[in-house]
Amino acid sequence: MNWRKKTEELVAREIMRFSTYSLILILVFIIAVIFVKGFRALTPDMVLKTPQGGFYYGGEGGVLNAIVGSIYIACGATLIAIILGIPAALYINVSLTKYKRLKNIIRFFLDALWGIPSIVYGAFGFTLMLLMGMNASLISGIIVVALLITPIVVRTFDEILSTIPRGLHEASLALGSTRTEMAYRVLFKQGFSGFITAVLLAFGRGIGDAASVLFTAGYTDLIPTALDEPAATLPLAIFFQLSSPIPEVRERAFAAAAILTIIILIISLAARFLSARYSKTNLR
Amino acid sequence: MYTSVITDTTLPEVNLGIRGNGHHPIVSIQRLNVYAGNHHILKNINLDIPKNKITVLLGPSGCGKTTLLKCMNRLTDLYHELKVTGDVWIDGDNILKSNDNIAALRQKMGLLSQRPYPLPMSIFKNVAYGIKLKGIYDKKLIQYNVEKYLREVGLWEEVKDRLHQPAVGLSIGQQQRLCLARGLAVRPQIILADEPTSALDPISSKIIENLFKELKKNYTIILVTHVLRQAVRLADHVVFMSYGEIIEEGAPADLFKNPATEKLREYIYDGN
Ligand SMILES: Nc1ncnc2c1ncn2[C@@H]1O[C@H](COP(=O)(O)OP(=O)(O)OP(=O)(O)O)[C@@H](O)[C@H]1O
Ligand SMILES: [Mg+2]
Repeated sequence: MNWRKKTEELVAREIMRFSTYSLILILVFIIAVIFVKGFRALTPDMVLKTPQGGFYYGGEGGVLNAIVGSIYIACGATLIAIILGIPAALYINVSLTKYKRLKNIIRFFLDALWGIPSIVYGAFGFTLMLLMGMNASLISGIIVVALLITPIVVRTFDEILSTIPRGLHEASLALGSTRTEMAYRVLFKQGFSGFITAVLLAFGRGIGDAASVLFTAGYTDLIPTALDEPAATLPLAIFFQLSSPIPEVRERAFAAAAILTIIILIISLAARFLSARYSKTNLR
Repeated sequence: MYTSVITDTTLPEVNLGIRGNGHHPIVSIQRLNVYAGNHHILKNINLDIPKNKITVLLGPSGCGKTTLLKCMNRLTDLYHELKVTGDVWIDGDNILKSNDNIAALRQKMGLLSQRPYPLPMSIFKNVAYGIKLKGIYDKKLIQYNVEKYLREVGLWEEVKDRLHQPAVGLSIGQQQRLCLARGLAVRPQIILADEPTSALDPISSKIIENLFKELKKNYTIILVTHVLRQAVRLADHVVFMSYGEIIEEGAPADLFKNPATEKLREYIYDGN
Protein backbone atom coordinates (compact mmCIF):
# COMPACT_ATOMS: atom_id res chain seq x y z
CA MET A 1 0.00 0.00 0.00
CA ASN A 2 2.55 2.44 1.13
CA TRP A 3 4.70 1.56 -1.82
CA ARG A 4 1.81 2.17 -4.22
CA LYS A 5 1.11 5.57 -2.77
CA LYS A 6 4.73 6.53 -3.05
CA THR A 7 4.99 5.67 -6.75
CA GLU A 8 1.67 7.37 -7.41
CA GLU A 9 2.93 10.49 -5.73
CA LEU A 10 6.21 10.35 -7.61
CA VAL A 11 4.63 9.81 -11.03
CA ALA A 12 2.06 12.56 -10.51
CA ARG A 13 4.75 14.98 -9.43
CA GLU A 14 6.98 14.17 -12.38
CA ILE A 15 4.10 14.69 -14.82
CA MET A 16 3.35 18.09 -13.32
CA ARG A 17 6.98 19.01 -13.33
CA PHE A 18 7.38 17.95 -16.95
CA SER A 19 4.35 19.93 -18.15
CA THR A 20 5.39 23.06 -16.32
CA TYR A 21 8.96 23.14 -17.51
CA SER A 22 8.23 22.06 -21.08
CA LEU A 23 5.77 24.95 -21.40
CA ILE A 24 8.34 27.40 -20.14
CA LEU A 25 10.93 25.88 -22.44
CA ILE A 26 8.69 26.31 -25.48
CA LEU A 27 8.13 29.93 -24.55
CA VAL A 28 11.83 30.57 -24.15
CA PHE A 29 12.44 28.81 -27.44
CA ILE A 30 9.94 31.01 -29.29
CA ILE A 31 11.47 34.17 -27.89
CA ALA A 32 14.98 32.90 -28.70
CA VAL A 33 14.08 32.13 -32.31
CA ILE A 34 12.54 35.55 -32.82
CA PHE A 35 15.53 37.33 -31.36
CA VAL A 36 18.13 35.21 -33.14
CA LYS A 37 16.39 35.66 -36.47
CA GLY A 38 15.65 39.33 -36.04
CA PHE A 39 18.77 40.27 -34.14
CA ARG A 40 20.67 41.68 -37.13
CA ALA A 41 17.80 43.88 -38.24
CA LEU A 42 17.16 45.17 -34.72
CA THR A 43 18.94 48.49 -35.20
CA PRO A 44 18.11 51.89 -33.71
CA ASP A 45 16.78 52.87 -37.14
CA MET A 46 14.26 50.09 -36.90
CA VAL A 47 12.47 51.70 -33.94
CA LEU A 48 13.27 55.34 -34.70
CA LYS A 49 12.41 55.69 -38.37
CA THR A 50 9.43 55.16 -40.60
CA PRO A 51 9.91 53.22 -43.87
CA GLN A 52 12.03 55.19 -46.33
CA GLY A 53 12.36 54.72 -50.11
CA GLY A 54 12.75 51.08 -51.06
CA PHE A 55 12.20 49.85 -47.50
CA TYR A 56 10.24 46.86 -48.68
CA TYR A 57 13.13 45.87 -50.95
CA GLY A 58 15.64 46.03 -48.15
CA GLY A 59 16.14 49.81 -48.22
CA GLU A 60 16.43 52.42 -45.46
CA GLY A 61 14.11 53.04 -42.55
CA GLY A 62 12.21 51.21 -39.81
CA VAL A 63 8.82 50.30 -38.48
CA LEU A 64 8.14 53.33 -36.29
CA ASN A 65 4.86 53.78 -38.18
CA ALA A 66 3.71 50.33 -37.07
CA ILE A 67 4.96 50.74 -33.50
CA VAL A 68 3.13 54.01 -33.07
CA GLY A 69 0.05 52.74 -34.88
CA SER A 70 -0.12 49.62 -32.73
CA ILE A 71 0.32 51.56 -29.51
CA TYR A 72 -2.35 54.07 -30.53
CA ILE A 73 -4.81 51.35 -31.42
CA ALA A 74 -4.09 49.13 -28.41
CA CYS A 75 -4.18 52.04 -25.94
CA GLY A 76 -7.28 53.58 -27.48
CA ALA A 77 -9.10 50.26 -27.57
CA THR A 78 -8.01 49.33 -24.04
CA LEU A 79 -9.21 52.68 -22.76
CA ILE A 80 -12.63 52.15 -24.31
CA ALA A 81 -12.72 48.59 -23.01
CA ILE A 82 -11.92 49.81 -19.49
CA ILE A 83 -14.55 52.54 -19.61
CA LEU A 84 -17.19 50.05 -20.73
CA GLY A 85 -15.84 47.08 -18.84
CA ILE A 86 -15.51 48.29 -15.25
CA PRO A 87 -19.13 49.35 -14.85
CA ALA A 88 -20.32 46.22 -16.65
CA ALA A 89 -18.33 43.84 -14.43
CA LEU A 90 -19.36 45.70 -11.27
CA TYR A 91 -22.98 45.74 -12.42
CA ILE A 92 -23.00 41.97 -12.83
CA ASN A 93 -21.58 41.49 -9.34
CA VAL A 94 -23.49 44.18 -7.48
CA SER A 95 -26.83 44.94 -9.06
CA LEU A 96 -27.50 41.46 -10.37
CA THR A 97 -26.76 39.53 -7.15
CA LYS A 98 -30.45 38.73 -6.91
CA TYR A 99 -30.89 37.71 -10.55
CA LYS A 100 -28.95 34.53 -11.04
CA ARG A 101 -30.55 33.59 -14.38
CA LEU A 102 -29.93 36.95 -16.01
CA LYS A 103 -26.37 36.94 -14.68
CA ASN A 104 -25.71 33.56 -16.26
CA ILE A 105 -27.19 34.63 -19.58
CA ILE A 106 -25.02 37.75 -19.66
CA ARG A 107 -21.92 35.73 -18.82
CA PHE A 108 -22.78 33.24 -21.52
CA PHE A 109 -23.01 35.99 -24.13
CA LEU A 110 -19.77 37.57 -23.01
CA ASP A 111 -18.00 34.23 -23.21
CA ALA A 112 -19.38 33.72 -26.69
CA LEU A 113 -18.15 37.18 -27.70
CA TRP A 114 -14.74 36.33 -26.25
CA GLY A 115 -14.61 33.20 -28.36
CA ILE A 116 -15.50 34.77 -31.70
CA PRO A 117 -12.41 34.82 -33.96
CA SER A 118 -10.99 38.25 -34.58
CA ILE A 119 -11.39 37.99 -38.36
CA VAL A 120 -15.15 37.99 -37.74
CA TYR A 121 -14.82 41.25 -35.81
CA GLY A 122 -12.72 42.56 -38.71
CA ALA A 123 -15.35 41.58 -41.26
CA PHE A 124 -18.10 43.06 -39.11
CA GLY A 125 -16.19 46.31 -38.70
CA PHE A 126 -15.49 46.44 -42.40
CA THR A 127 -19.16 46.02 -43.27
CA LEU A 128 -20.08 48.74 -40.82
CA MET A 129 -17.46 51.07 -42.31
CA LEU A 130 -18.80 50.52 -45.81
CA LEU A 131 -22.31 51.24 -44.62
CA MET A 132 -21.16 54.47 -42.99
CA GLY A 133 -18.99 55.44 -45.91
CA MET A 134 -15.80 55.38 -43.88
CA ASN A 135 -12.31 54.47 -45.00
CA ALA A 136 -9.77 52.37 -43.19
CA SER A 137 -8.69 54.59 -40.30
CA LEU A 138 -7.20 54.74 -36.83
CA ILE A 139 -10.63 55.27 -35.28
CA SER A 140 -12.18 52.28 -37.06
CA GLY A 141 -9.27 50.13 -35.89
CA ILE A 142 -9.65 51.37 -32.32
CA ILE A 143 -13.38 50.70 -32.27
CA VAL A 144 -13.15 47.21 -33.73
CA VAL A 145 -10.30 46.21 -31.42
CA ALA A 146 -12.27 47.67 -28.51
CA LEU A 147 -15.21 45.42 -29.42
CA LEU A 148 -12.81 42.51 -29.58
CA ILE A 149 -11.28 43.07 -26.15
CA THR A 150 -14.14 44.46 -24.06
CA PRO A 151 -15.57 40.99 -23.34
CA ILE A 152 -12.12 39.98 -22.11
CA VAL A 153 -11.96 42.89 -19.68
CA VAL A 154 -15.49 42.30 -18.41
CA ARG A 155 -15.24 38.54 -17.94
CA THR A 156 -11.75 38.49 -16.44
CA PHE A 157 -12.59 41.26 -13.97
CA ASP A 158 -15.95 39.63 -13.31
CA GLU A 159 -14.33 36.29 -12.45
CA ILE A 160 -12.21 37.94 -9.77
CA LEU A 161 -15.07 40.05 -8.44
CA SER A 162 -17.25 36.98 -8.11
CA THR A 163 -14.71 35.35 -5.79
CA ILE A 164 -14.90 38.21 -3.28
CA PRO A 165 -16.48 36.78 -0.13
CA ARG A 166 -20.06 37.77 0.66
CA GLY A 167 -18.84 38.85 4.06
CA LEU A 168 -17.06 41.82 2.51
CA HIS A 169 -20.20 42.86 0.64
CA GLU A 170 -22.11 42.57 3.90
CA ALA A 171 -19.50 44.50 5.86
CA SER A 172 -19.49 47.43 3.48
CA LEU A 173 -23.26 47.57 3.20
CA ALA A 174 -23.62 47.32 6.97
CA LEU A 175 -21.40 50.40 7.30
CA GLY A 176 -23.95 52.30 5.28
CA SER A 177 -22.55 52.16 1.77
CA THR A 178 -24.95 52.30 -1.10
CA ARG A 179 -24.41 49.58 -3.68
CA THR A 180 -22.55 52.02 -5.89
CA GLU A 181 -20.23 53.04 -3.07
CA MET A 182 -19.62 49.41 -2.25
CA ALA A 183 -18.85 48.67 -5.89
CA TYR A 184 -16.36 51.47 -6.49
CA ARG A 185 -14.81 51.97 -3.06
CA VAL A 186 -14.57 48.41 -1.82
CA LEU A 187 -15.08 45.77 -4.50
CA PHE A 188 -13.07 47.58 -7.14
CA LYS A 189 -10.15 47.88 -4.75
CA GLN A 190 -10.46 44.33 -3.56
CA GLY A 191 -10.57 43.09 -7.14
CA PHE A 192 -7.82 45.39 -8.36
CA SER A 193 -5.36 42.64 -9.20
CA GLY A 194 -8.04 41.00 -11.30
CA PHE A 195 -8.67 44.28 -13.01
CA ILE A 196 -4.99 44.61 -13.87
CA THR A 197 -4.92 41.07 -15.24
CA ALA A 198 -7.98 41.89 -17.31
CA VAL A 199 -6.43 45.01 -18.78
CA LEU A 200 -3.20 43.20 -19.47
CA LEU A 201 -4.90 40.33 -21.29
CA ALA A 202 -6.99 42.74 -23.29
CA PHE A 203 -4.06 44.95 -24.20
CA GLY A 204 -2.02 41.92 -25.25
CA ARG A 205 -4.77 40.59 -27.45
CA GLY A 206 -5.42 44.05 -28.86
CA ILE A 207 -1.85 44.87 -29.76
CA GLY A 208 -1.15 41.42 -31.16
CA ASP A 209 -4.18 40.94 -33.35
CA ALA A 210 -3.75 41.21 -37.11
CA ALA A 211 -7.09 40.08 -38.49
CA SER A 212 -9.24 42.72 -36.86
CA VAL A 213 -7.14 45.64 -38.07
CA LEU A 214 -6.39 44.33 -41.57
CA PHE A 215 -9.41 45.95 -43.21
CA THR A 216 -10.33 48.47 -40.55
CA ALA A 217 -7.11 50.33 -39.77
CA GLY A 218 -5.42 49.62 -43.10
CA TYR A 219 -1.71 50.17 -43.50
CA THR A 220 0.46 53.18 -44.20
CA ASP A 221 4.08 54.20 -44.07
CA LEU A 222 3.16 57.39 -42.26
CA ILE A 223 2.52 57.96 -38.60
CA PRO A 224 -1.16 58.83 -38.25
CA THR A 225 -1.77 62.38 -37.10
CA ALA A 226 -5.56 62.25 -37.01
CA LEU A 227 -8.21 59.70 -36.12
CA ASP A 228 -9.48 59.44 -39.69
CA GLU A 229 -6.11 58.57 -41.17
CA PRO A 230 -5.14 54.95 -41.72
CA ALA A 231 -2.67 53.40 -39.29
CA ALA A 232 -0.04 50.69 -39.60
CA THR A 233 0.25 47.97 -36.97
CA LEU A 234 3.04 45.64 -35.90
CA PRO A 235 1.22 42.36 -36.58
CA LEU A 236 0.56 43.50 -40.15
CA ALA A 237 4.14 44.76 -40.51
CA ILE A 238 5.29 41.28 -39.54
CA PHE A 239 2.81 39.67 -41.91
CA PHE A 240 3.72 41.78 -44.94
CA GLN A 241 7.46 41.55 -44.46
CA LEU A 242 7.46 37.86 -43.70
CA SER A 243 5.85 37.18 -47.06
CA SER A 244 8.68 38.97 -48.88
CA PRO A 245 11.13 36.94 -50.99
CA ILE A 246 14.01 39.16 -49.86
CA PRO A 247 15.93 37.72 -46.82
CA GLU A 248 16.72 41.19 -45.32
CA VAL A 249 13.06 42.04 -45.31
CA ARG A 250 12.14 38.75 -43.68
CA GLU A 251 14.75 39.47 -41.04
CA ARG A 252 12.96 42.72 -40.32
CA ALA A 253 9.74 40.81 -39.80
CA PHE A 254 11.45 39.03 -36.92
CA ALA A 255 12.82 42.30 -35.61
CA ALA A 256 9.28 43.67 -35.63
CA ALA A 257 8.11 40.53 -33.82
CA ALA A 258 10.84 41.07 -31.23
CA ILE A 259 9.69 44.66 -30.72
CA LEU A 260 6.08 43.48 -30.26
CA THR A 261 7.25 40.91 -27.72
CA ILE A 262 9.25 43.51 -25.82
CA ILE A 263 6.28 45.87 -25.65
CA ILE A 264 4.12 43.08 -24.25
CA LEU A 265 6.80 42.11 -21.72
CA ILE A 266 7.09 45.70 -20.52
CA ILE A 267 3.33 45.96 -20.11
CA SER A 268 3.25 42.65 -18.22
CA LEU A 269 5.96 43.74 -15.83
CA ALA A 270 4.31 47.10 -15.22
CA ALA A 271 1.02 45.37 -14.54
CA ARG A 272 2.57 42.90 -12.11
CA PHE A 273 4.26 45.73 -10.29
CA LEU A 274 1.05 47.73 -10.07
CA SER A 275 -1.10 44.88 -8.91
CA ALA A 276 1.45 43.82 -6.29
CA ARG A 277 1.49 47.36 -4.97
CA TYR A 278 -2.25 47.67 -4.76
CA SER A 279 -3.19 44.22 -3.55
CA LYS A 280 -1.17 44.70 -0.36
CA THR A 281 -4.25 46.20 1.27
CA ASN A 282 -6.51 43.38 0.17
CA LEU A 283 -8.26 40.72 2.10
CA ARG A 284 -6.92 37.29 1.37
CA MET B 1 -30.25 55.97 29.05
CA TYR B 2 -31.65 57.83 26.10
CA THR B 3 -29.39 60.81 26.51
CA SER B 4 -26.27 58.77 26.93
CA VAL B 5 -26.37 57.86 23.26
CA ILE B 6 -26.21 61.46 22.19
CA THR B 7 -24.01 63.11 24.78
CA ASP B 8 -21.21 63.32 22.25
CA THR B 9 -22.37 65.72 19.61
CA THR B 10 -19.34 65.64 17.39
CA LEU B 11 -21.22 63.61 14.79
CA PRO B 12 -24.70 64.29 13.48
CA GLU B 13 -27.24 61.99 15.04
CA VAL B 14 -29.18 59.34 13.26
CA ASN B 15 -32.84 59.87 13.79
CA LEU B 16 -33.63 58.34 17.15
CA GLY B 17 -37.29 58.11 16.32
CA ILE B 18 -40.32 57.73 18.49
CA ARG B 19 -39.32 54.54 20.24
CA GLY B 20 -36.03 55.75 21.59
CA ASN B 21 -36.67 55.36 25.29
CA GLY B 22 -35.73 52.62 27.67
CA HIS B 23 -39.18 51.23 28.23
CA HIS B 24 -39.87 50.22 24.68
CA PRO B 25 -38.16 47.54 22.72
CA ILE B 26 -35.74 49.02 20.22
CA VAL B 27 -36.27 46.14 17.84
CA SER B 28 -39.62 44.54 17.41
CA ILE B 29 -39.99 41.60 15.08
CA GLN B 30 -43.46 40.46 14.13
CA ARG B 31 -44.58 37.43 12.13
CA LEU B 32 -41.23 37.16 10.43
CA ASN B 33 -40.88 34.30 7.98
CA VAL B 34 -37.91 33.53 5.79
CA TYR B 35 -37.92 30.93 3.04
CA ALA B 36 -35.26 29.66 0.71
CA GLY B 37 -37.24 27.79 -1.92
CA ASN B 38 -39.12 25.07 -0.02
CA HIS B 39 -36.93 25.45 3.01
CA HIS B 40 -38.70 27.38 5.73
CA ILE B 41 -35.73 28.94 7.52
CA LEU B 42 -37.44 31.21 10.04
CA LYS B 43 -40.94 30.28 11.18
CA ASN B 44 -43.22 33.02 12.40
CA ILE B 45 -40.74 34.81 14.62
CA ASN B 46 -42.12 37.30 17.15
CA LEU B 47 -39.48 38.94 19.24
CA ASP B 48 -38.88 42.17 21.13
CA ILE B 49 -35.36 43.25 21.90
CA PRO B 50 -34.84 45.50 24.94
CA LYS B 51 -32.86 48.68 24.55
CA ASN B 52 -29.36 48.97 26.01
CA LYS B 53 -29.24 45.36 27.05
CA ILE B 54 -27.36 42.37 25.73
CA THR B 55 -29.70 39.90 24.09
CA VAL B 56 -28.11 36.56 23.39
CA LEU B 57 -29.36 34.28 20.62
CA LEU B 58 -28.68 30.64 21.33
CA GLY B 59 -29.41 27.54 19.36
CA PRO B 60 -27.98 24.62 17.48
CA SER B 61 -26.12 25.17 14.25
CA GLY B 62 -28.41 25.86 11.30
CA CYS B 63 -31.38 27.01 13.39
CA GLY B 64 -31.43 30.43 11.73
CA LYS B 65 -29.60 32.76 14.10
CA THR B 66 -27.47 34.37 11.40
CA THR B 67 -30.48 34.68 9.13
CA LEU B 68 -32.40 36.44 11.89
CA LEU B 69 -29.58 38.93 12.34
CA LYS B 70 -29.45 39.54 8.59
CA CYS B 71 -33.14 40.35 8.56
CA MET B 72 -32.50 43.16 11.02
CA ASN B 73 -30.33 45.14 8.63
CA ARG B 74 -31.72 43.72 5.42
CA LEU B 75 -28.58 41.97 4.35
CA THR B 76 -31.04 39.32 3.18
CA ASP B 77 -31.34 41.59 0.12
CA LEU B 78 -28.01 40.20 -1.03
CA TYR B 79 -29.34 36.67 -1.42
CA HIS B 80 -31.60 36.09 -4.36
CA GLU B 81 -32.84 32.79 -2.93
CA LEU B 82 -34.24 34.24 0.30
CA LYS B 83 -37.85 35.37 0.57
CA VAL B 84 -38.66 37.45 3.64
CA THR B 85 -42.14 38.31 4.93
CA GLY B 86 -43.37 39.99 8.10
CA ASP B 87 -42.33 43.14 9.92
CA VAL B 88 -39.14 44.26 11.55
CA TRP B 89 -39.59 47.50 13.44
CA ILE B 90 -36.40 49.24 14.33
CA ASP B 91 -36.69 52.43 16.23
CA GLY B 92 -40.02 53.30 14.69
CA ASP B 93 -39.25 52.25 11.12
CA ASN B 94 -40.54 49.13 9.47
CA ILE B 95 -37.34 48.30 7.71
CA LEU B 96 -38.66 45.46 5.60
CA LYS B 97 -41.35 47.68 4.15
CA SER B 98 -39.64 51.04 3.79
CA ASN B 99 -37.58 51.37 0.69
CA ASP B 100 -36.03 54.77 1.11
CA ASN B 101 -32.49 55.01 2.24
CA ILE B 102 -31.64 51.55 3.40
CA ALA B 103 -28.05 52.70 3.73
CA ALA B 104 -29.03 55.14 6.50
CA LEU B 105 -31.15 52.46 8.17
CA ARG B 106 -28.20 50.12 8.14
CA GLN B 107 -26.08 52.76 9.83
CA LYS B 108 -28.27 52.39 12.90
CA MET B 109 -26.77 48.94 13.23
CA GLY B 110 -23.19 47.89 13.52
CA LEU B 111 -22.32 44.43 12.27
CA LEU B 112 -19.65 42.20 13.70
CA SER B 113 -19.40 38.94 11.85
CA GLN B 114 -17.94 35.58 12.69
CA ARG B 115 -14.67 36.40 11.01
CA PRO B 116 -13.44 39.93 10.45
CA TYR B 117 -13.68 41.41 6.97
CA PRO B 118 -11.41 44.45 6.95
CA LEU B 119 -11.97 46.71 3.96
CA PRO B 120 -9.12 46.64 1.42
CA MET B 121 -7.51 49.81 2.71
CA SER B 122 -5.46 51.11 5.61
CA ILE B 123 -6.36 50.81 9.28
CA PHE B 124 -7.16 54.51 9.41
CA LYS B 125 -9.34 54.42 6.32
CA ASN B 126 -11.24 51.41 7.62
CA VAL B 127 -12.50 53.47 10.51
CA ALA B 128 -12.83 56.65 8.48
CA TYR B 129 -14.88 54.89 5.80
CA GLY B 130 -18.21 54.92 7.57
CA ILE B 131 -17.63 58.40 8.98
CA LYS B 132 -17.13 59.75 5.47
CA LEU B 133 -20.27 58.00 4.31
CA LYS B 134 -22.14 60.14 6.81
CA GLY B 135 -21.00 63.18 4.85
CA ILE B 136 -18.20 64.27 7.13
CA TYR B 137 -15.11 65.37 5.30
CA ASP B 138 -13.45 67.61 7.85
CA LYS B 139 -10.01 66.07 8.28
CA LYS B 140 -9.60 67.02 11.94
CA LEU B 141 -12.99 65.66 12.85
CA ILE B 142 -12.32 62.39 11.07
CA GLN B 143 -8.95 62.07 12.75
CA TYR B 144 -10.46 62.79 16.12
CA ASN B 145 -13.12 60.16 15.66
CA VAL B 146 -10.80 57.50 14.28
CA GLU B 147 -8.65 57.86 17.38
CA LYS B 148 -11.66 57.94 19.66
CA TYR B 149 -13.13 54.70 18.38
CA LEU B 150 -9.82 52.91 18.14
CA ARG B 151 -9.31 53.82 21.80
CA GLU B 152 -12.78 52.66 22.65
CA VAL B 153 -11.97 49.14 21.46
CA GLY B 154 -8.52 49.23 23.01
CA LEU B 155 -6.66 49.12 19.74
CA TRP B 156 -5.19 52.59 19.62
CA GLU B 157 -1.97 51.87 21.48
CA GLU B 158 -1.32 48.83 19.31
CA VAL B 159 -1.83 50.53 15.96
CA LYS B 160 -1.14 54.22 16.45
CA ASP B 161 2.24 53.94 14.72
CA ARG B 162 0.96 52.07 11.72
CA LEU B 163 -2.38 53.67 11.02
CA HIS B 164 -1.63 53.93 7.34
CA GLN B 165 -0.66 50.34 6.82
CA PRO B 166 -3.10 47.83 5.36
CA ALA B 167 -5.64 46.53 7.83
CA VAL B 168 -5.09 42.95 6.63
CA GLY B 169 -1.68 43.06 8.28
CA LEU B 170 -3.28 42.96 11.74
CA SER B 171 -3.86 39.75 13.66
CA ILE B 172 -7.34 38.27 13.49
CA GLY B 173 -8.12 39.43 17.02
CA GLN B 174 -6.96 42.95 16.19
CA GLN B 175 -8.93 42.88 12.94
CA GLN B 176 -12.05 41.92 14.86
CA ARG B 177 -11.60 44.88 17.19
CA LEU B 178 -10.93 47.10 14.19
CA CYS B 179 -14.21 45.94 12.68
CA LEU B 180 -15.94 46.80 15.93
CA ALA B 181 -14.32 50.26 15.96
CA ARG B 182 -15.31 50.82 12.36
CA GLY B 183 -18.87 49.83 13.18
CA LEU B 184 -19.04 52.06 16.26
CA ALA B 185 -17.67 55.00 14.29
CA VAL B 186 -20.91 55.30 12.33
CA ARG B 187 -22.63 55.71 15.70
CA PRO B 188 -25.16 52.91 15.52
CA GLN B 189 -27.73 52.25 18.22
CA ILE B 190 -27.60 48.52 17.88
CA ILE B 191 -24.70 46.11 17.51
CA LEU B 192 -25.37 42.85 15.72
CA ALA B 193 -22.64 40.42 16.67
CA ASP B 194 -22.58 37.00 15.03
CA GLU B 195 -20.28 34.71 16.99
CA PRO B 196 -17.74 37.52 17.17
CA THR B 197 -15.30 35.57 19.29
CA SER B 198 -15.41 32.21 17.56
CA ALA B 199 -12.19 32.82 15.65
CA LEU B 200 -10.39 34.35 18.60
CA ASP B 201 -8.12 33.09 21.34
CA PRO B 202 -9.37 33.28 24.96
CA ILE B 203 -7.58 36.55 25.67
CA SER B 204 -8.90 38.36 22.60
CA SER B 205 -12.33 36.93 23.35
CA LYS B 206 -12.14 38.32 26.84
CA ILE B 207 -11.28 41.75 25.47
CA ILE B 208 -14.34 41.69 23.21
CA GLU B 209 -16.56 40.43 26.03
CA ASN B 210 -15.42 43.19 28.35
CA LEU B 211 -15.98 45.72 25.59
CA PHE B 212 -19.53 44.51 25.22
CA LYS B 213 -20.19 44.93 28.93
CA GLU B 214 -18.91 48.47 28.64
CA LEU B 215 -20.76 49.20 25.40
CA LYS B 216 -24.18 48.16 26.59
CA LYS B 217 -24.45 51.42 28.51
CA ASN B 218 -24.86 53.14 25.18
CA TYR B 219 -25.78 50.44 22.73
CA THR B 220 -28.22 47.61 22.33
CA ILE B 221 -26.30 44.43 21.65
CA ILE B 222 -27.65 41.34 19.95
CA LEU B 223 -25.14 38.57 20.30
CA VAL B 224 -25.09 35.14 18.73
CA THR B 225 -22.87 32.69 20.52
CA HIS B 226 -22.28 28.98 20.85
CA VAL B 227 -20.38 29.41 24.08
CA LEU B 228 -22.83 28.88 26.93
CA ARG B 229 -20.49 30.35 29.51
CA GLN B 230 -20.21 33.48 27.43
CA ALA B 231 -23.99 33.68 27.31
CA VAL B 232 -24.16 33.34 31.08
CA ARG B 233 -21.51 36.01 31.57
CA LEU B 234 -23.01 38.56 29.21
CA ALA B 235 -26.71 38.04 28.68
CA ASP B 236 -29.48 40.23 30.07
CA HIS B 237 -31.98 38.43 27.93
CA VAL B 238 -31.69 35.02 26.29
CA VAL B 239 -33.49 33.74 23.23
CA PHE B 240 -33.25 30.05 22.46
CA MET B 241 -34.02 28.93 18.93
CA SER B 242 -34.32 25.59 17.23
CA TYR B 243 -35.22 24.74 13.63
CA GLY B 244 -36.20 28.28 12.82
CA GLU B 245 -38.46 28.78 15.82
CA ILE B 246 -38.09 30.57 19.11
CA ILE B 247 -38.46 27.89 21.74
CA GLU B 248 -37.91 29.88 24.89
CA GLU B 249 -36.85 33.33 25.94
CA GLY B 250 -36.29 35.08 29.20
CA ALA B 251 -33.79 36.21 31.81
CA PRO B 252 -30.65 34.05 31.84
CA ALA B 253 -31.02 33.14 35.51
CA ASP B 254 -34.44 31.55 34.95
CA LEU B 255 -33.68 30.03 31.61
CA PHE B 256 -30.45 28.34 32.48
CA LYS B 257 -31.53 27.12 35.92
CA ASN B 258 -35.01 25.94 34.98
CA PRO B 259 -35.32 25.33 31.29
CA ALA B 260 -39.00 24.90 30.51
CA THR B 261 -38.53 22.77 27.44
CA GLU B 262 -36.81 19.50 26.81
CA LYS B 263 -34.96 21.01 23.85
CA LEU B 264 -33.28 23.70 25.87
CA ARG B 265 -32.44 21.26 28.66
CA GLU B 266 -30.75 18.99 26.16
CA TYR B 267 -28.93 21.91 24.61
CA ILE B 268 -27.61 23.07 27.96
CA TYR B 269 -26.65 19.73 29.46
CA ASP B 270 -25.49 17.80 26.43
CA GLY B 271 -23.47 20.76 25.32
CA ASN B 272 -21.35 20.72 28.45
N1 LIG C 1 -28.87 31.99 1.33
C1 LIG C 1 -29.38 30.83 1.73
N2 LIG C 1 -29.89 29.96 0.84
C2 LIG C 1 -30.40 28.78 1.23
N3 LIG C 1 -30.44 28.39 2.50
C3 LIG C 1 -29.94 29.21 3.42
C4 LIG C 1 -29.37 30.47 3.10
N4 LIG C 1 -28.94 31.07 4.22
C5 LIG C 1 -29.22 30.21 5.20
N5 LIG C 1 -29.82 29.09 4.74
C6 LIG C 1 -30.28 27.95 5.55
O1 LIG C 1 -30.98 28.44 6.64
C7 LIG C 1 -30.69 27.70 7.79
C8 LIG C 1 -30.21 28.64 8.89
O2 LIG C 1 -28.96 29.16 8.57
P1 LIG C 1 -28.20 30.17 9.51
O3 LIG C 1 -26.92 30.52 8.87
O4 LIG C 1 -29.11 31.28 9.86
O5 LIG C 1 -27.95 29.25 10.79
P2 LIG C 1 -27.21 29.60 12.13
O6 LIG C 1 -28.18 29.40 13.23
O7 LIG C 1 -26.53 30.92 12.03
O8 LIG C 1 -26.13 28.42 12.19
P3 LIG C 1 -24.63 28.48 12.73
O9 LIG C 1 -24.73 28.40 14.20
O10 LIG C 1 -24.03 27.23 12.17
O11 LIG C 1 -24.00 29.71 12.24
C9 LIG C 1 -29.67 26.67 7.41
O12 LIG C 1 -30.33 25.46 7.23
C10 LIG C 1 -29.13 27.17 6.10
O13 LIG C 1 -28.79 26.10 5.27
MG1 LIG D 1 -24.51 31.56 11.93
